[in-house]
Amino acid sequence: MKYVAIFVLLSLFSCKDEKNDAVKEINQAQSTAFTLDIYDFNGLEKFLSTTDDKTYVINFWATWCAPCVKELPYFEKLNKAYANEVEVILVSLDFPSKYESKLKPYIEKNNLQSKVVALNDVDSNTWIPKVDESWTGAIPATIIFNKNERKFYEKSFNYDELETEVKQFLK
Amino acid sequence: MKITLKTFFALFTIAILSSFTFFGGGHGYHIGDVATDFELENIDGKTVSLSDFKAAKGFIVIFTCNTCPYAVAYEDRIEALNKKYADQGYPVVAIMPNNTDVKPGDNMEAMKARAKAKGFTFPYLMDEGQKIYPQYGATKTPHVYILQKTNKGNIVKYIGAIDDNYQDASAVNTTYVEDAVDALLSGKEIKETQTRAIGCSIKV
Repeated sequence: MKYVAIFVLLSLFSCKDEKNDAVKEINQAQSTAFTLDIYDFNGLEKFLSTTDDKTYVINFWATWCAPCVKELPYFEKLNKAYANEVEVILVSLDFPSKYESKLKPYIEKNNLQSKVVALNDVDSNTWIPKVDESWTGAIPATIIFNKNERKFYEKSFNYDELETEVKQFLK
Repeated sequence: MKITLKTFFALFTIAILSSFTFFGGGHGYHIGDVATDFELENIDGKTVSLSDFKAAKGFIVIFTCNTCPYAVAYEDRIEALNKKYADQGYPVVAIMPNNTDVKPGDNMEAMKARAKAKGFTFPYLMDEGQKIYPQYGATKTPHVYILQKTNKGNIVKYIGAIDDNYQDASAVNTTYVEDAVDALLSGKEIKETQTRAIGCSIKV
């Protein structure tokens, strides 16, 4: 049992290292509690495709966006329920001036377990079509993908809808 | 009344078809389409239609609201567009598309208060019943449609963002809307007829 625990721990660390290597943040907002990884679109792009076996759920949101905040618990629930197969990444579009006053307190208060990153790139006309050609720019918006397929949703989800969509990728 | 299975299926089919029609109609205008006119209540209590602007050469129609941070970030720039272009024949006509039951901060009283506080000189109209924005195909605030008045009606010439920096007006590189209106005024081709920006989804 002990060995299993050590093995699990080791594998967790090794995954983490890989992830950290893959991640090159352009900036980090300072906070006493934790650091928030902030990217421009070039920096974010590495989260938008994969070669591994997981299914990724990327949700574009902001603390001021009511329908985004409403659906956030469903993404959290999904991330927990499918921890082995699915990774949820929450991409905040909060304004940089609100990182300290709104975004970080929100993450802490709601104890968000999914990975949260901030996207700070004003040239949205360039990067929106790169996320998906059909995206008009409204949030919430979500991409679900694995190494084989990819779907984009410019809409709000409830948990059942979200789970149904994700299950299509887990077949 | 006896509802036969046949009647039931007929009704069912109608229901399905009409729901498809509704969603199918939600895609909105493309460049070159004729935009619908409207009759919507302004913050001064009067109704406003595009046809009221006899001398206009066209319009900068902007779907916007009080409560979206992106819309708020653009308030002063929207006012500046009206100041610059209303006299040249392209007034700003702002339309608030949100369901005010969902967003009370966008109701008529709030619109009046905001317009007064910011000194808006353009009409700020309520899309009562949310009938106009789906025809245009607006999905978010702010969302701009530049129309050119012609014999055939008001033709959609530009759809998209105001400029390329929502955070900082002083750091804008490309003023999409100004460039488009300038092109229309000088009879030139609009370079970028469609652009995209992040905005708040319109609340239904």
